This record gives sequence, C-alpha cells and structure tokens, in this order.
Amino acid sequence: MNRRFFFGLAFTFLLWSVPGPSSALEVPPHPDGYISDRAELLSPSAKAQLEAMLRDFEVQTSNQVVVATFPSLEGESLEDFSIQLAEAWKIGQQGKDNGVIFLIFKLDRKMRIEVGYGLESVLSDALAGQIIRDVVTPHFRQGRMETGIAAGLAAILEAIEGEYQGSGSSGDALRRRTLTPAELKALQRQSARILVLLLGVAAVLFAVDLFRYHAYRKTHQTHPRRYSFWEWFFRFALLVAIVSLLFRIFFYMLLFSRGGYGSHGRGGGGFSGGGGRFGGGGASGGW
Amino acid sequence: MKKGLWIVLGLIAAVLAIGFLSFGGIYNGLVQREEAVESAWAQVENVYQRRADLVPNLVNTVKGFAAQEREVLQNVVEARSKVSQVNLNASEIVNDPAALQRFQELQGQLSSALSRLLVTVERYPELKSSQNFLALQQQLEGTENRITVERMRFNEAAQSFNTYRRQFPNVFLANLMGFKEKAYFEADEGSDAAPTVEF
Repeated sequence: MNRRFFFGLAFTFLLWSVPGPSSALEVPPHPDGYISDRAELLSPSAKAQLEAMLRDFEVQTSNQVVVATFPSLEGESLEDFSIQLAEAWKIGQQGKDNGVIFLIFKLDRKMRIEVGYGLESVLSDALAGQIIRDVVTPHFRQGRMETGIAAGLAAILEAIEGEYQGSGSSGDALRRRTLTPAELKALQRQSARILVLLLGVAAVLFAVDLFRYHAYRKTHQTHPRRYSFWEWFFRFALLVAIVSLLFRIFFYMLLFSRGGYGSHGRGGGGFSGGGGRFGGGGASGGW
Repeated sequence: MKKGLWIVLGLIAAVLAIGFLSFGGIYNGLVQREEAVESAWAQVENVYQRRADLVPNLVNTVKGFAAQEREVLQNVVEARSKVSQVNLNASEIVNDPAALQRFQELQGQLSSALSRLLVTVERYPELKSSQNFLALQQQLEGTENRITVERMRFNEAAQSFNTYRRQFPNVFLANLMGFKEKAYFEADEGSDAAPTVEF
C-alpha cells in the first residue's frame, strides 16, 4: 500500500512537471531585438539594415519602434494578442510611452500597428490605418514582404519623427536593471557600514545602561523613569534594524556565492523595452 | 516587582507600535489601490468620451452621402445625447454596481446604434470609399479597441482592490473606514445581440 501511495505521488509530480499543450499562441516574454522575425519574412541583410535604422532612430529621437512577425495567430484575436504583447514588452520609454509595435501575422494575412500612449497624437488611428492600407498592403498583396515592411516602417518613422527629440539610448542599453557584481559589492559594503554604525549606537546605549545600573547599585534606589516609552521604542527599532541588516547581508552573500544576480533568464538577447505603456491605440488591417 | 511592571508596559508599547504600523500599512494599501481604481476609471471615461466626440463628425459625414437613412442616424444621435447626460463622478460610479451597470447600458446602446450605422453604410460604396469616412471609421475602430483595453485595466484594478480589501485583517479596517467594494464591468451585452444585416 505504501508503495502504491509512493507511485501515485510520483505520478502526480510527473504530471505537474509536464507542461500542458498550449492551445494558443503565447506572447514571447521579451523581444528578440528591434526585429523579432518569427515568421522569417526578412532576409538576414534586410533585417540587419532595418535593425540599424531603428536603432539609429531610437538614439536620435528616443522613440522605440519594433517589428514582430509571427507565422500565425493560432486562433487568438489580433487585438487581444497585440495588447498583451505590448504590455509584456513595454516598448518605449517610461513616462514618454513613445513606443510603436508593428505586428504581422503571415498565415492570417493580418497586421496591426500598436501605438503607445505618448505617440497617439502624431500617429493617429487614422494615419496608422492609412499606412497599413495605402503603404504596406499593396506590397504585401504582391508578396513583397520585405519592401512592405521597410516602407511601412519608413512611414511610421516619418510620422513620429517630430515628437520627442534627443535623449535616446538604444534598447540594448535599456535592458532590465540588474546588479553587477561591483554594484553588489558596493551595496554590501554600504550595509556593512550602516551595521557598524547601528552596533556602535547599541554599544553606547548598553554603556549608558551599565552606568545607570552602577548608579542604582550605589544609591540603592530606583532611577526615576528608568526607561521611557520612546526609549523602549527606540531600542526595539534598533534591534529590528540590526536583525534585518544582518539578514540582508546574508542574502547578498548567498547571491554572491551563486555567481551574480539577474544574469539568468535572459537568453543573451539583451534587448528590451523601457517601460512604455499602450492603451490600444493604432489600427489593424489585412491583405 | 517594579521591573516586571516596566517589562509588561514595554511589551504593550511594542505591540501597540507594531499594531499602529501595520494599521497604517493596511490603510495606505487600501488608499493606494483605490487611487489606482479611480485613475483606471478616469481612463475608461476618457476613451468613452473620445468615442462620443467622434459621433457628430461621423453622423455629418454619413448624412452627406445617405441622408435618407434618417432613422439609423437619429438612433445614433439620441444614444449619444443620452450618454453625455450621464453625470456621475468617479467615486460614485466605481462604488455603485447599479450605477456602473446603467452607465454600461447607455454606452452599449450607443455601441449598437453605431454598429447598425456601420452596417447601413455598407450599402453606399461611394461613402465607404471616401477618405473622410475611412479615417473616421479607423478612428472609431481604434477607439472601440481602446475602450476594451481600458475596461479590462479597470476590472484588473478593481479586482486588485477587492481582493486586498477582503483579505483577513484588512477587511475590518476597510469596513471601519468605509472603503466600499468596487464594481466591475460585465461582459458586453451588445455582444449577444449582433446587429441584423438586411440585404
């Protein structure tokens, strides 16, 4: 019976560990670069050229424009998937919300230009729709995907060029904040310094206590109001602070021994959005 | 004996201090989440307003090509004027499911009037291909999409608030301080009554 129980348990764990079949298209956690060409519509040279163009554009204007192509929507709704992707990738800078995502779904023959909050005024829904209809669709209809994408991007860049000047850093630099070992060391040193300070204060308090006790022993009478409420409160807070600092230092040490914090979970791409938000602006179309 | 008394007093003070701090934490958490709900609501109102602002222009454009569709146009104008009559401030509407329901009903009427208009337009090829109308249609589509997005975000914010509010010690404080549960948008009632297409 024990054995059966054990096998049952093992089987349950096995079931848990096997991911269920995903029925719908999943949003990639982060973009591959300025061009995430999952449908392989672009030749390597065209892709490199467009990547360079978008990087330059971001450096000059701080506006972040990316392209994402997928083989198929796999039954997802275009708008739902698009906003989910926009929320996950956070294209554009935080505060400016100046990102644009150009999505293309090859087999569904659908596309969408998703516009961040900050660019809705210059790249209006009507203009985005016009770009899709008049600029991109004619090329796509004749199977010239590369030219269509390039022309669409050129039109998008032209529309948003005037908005937000300068202060751009390319998306490669905008990667998620991670602590480098040097920063970690600095942090550790800093908390060690605070700890020393706190311990110093604790030692002074202890000395004061000893002195009081000494005085009490001498005069054989209680010190009036030996501990006030705030004294207790302060002591308690000090204790909590020391303990929490000790924990923090311990935590950093643990991270150190594991070889750096945040270096995992990012497949070497190093590209990400800067925290831009989207509100469903833009236009959809098909060809 | 005196010492024991002090220790007891100190412990009570510590417990009070901890209680006070966590009380403040919960209160701040509630305020923060309520603020998020209200700003999400502001966005919702914003996009609905945006749609209402599009209507007069759209109606005029359609009138230029299809003035004989009086009834359909009239429906849109009426639904639009009803929507703009709703005058509730954010905290009233997010705390009152009935008010939100009413708001949603009126907006739903405008939605169905608009979709009937767009179906009607299919019969007028020269209107459908006019640049002005295309642009307006595109804007309307974009606005409907924004409405969906902001409604979803509002529901998320409301859910976050409600979940926090209902959790264990928080619920006492929330009741004490009069934090009400937030209302949700229901699935659109327009979606089960698609406009009929007449040929």
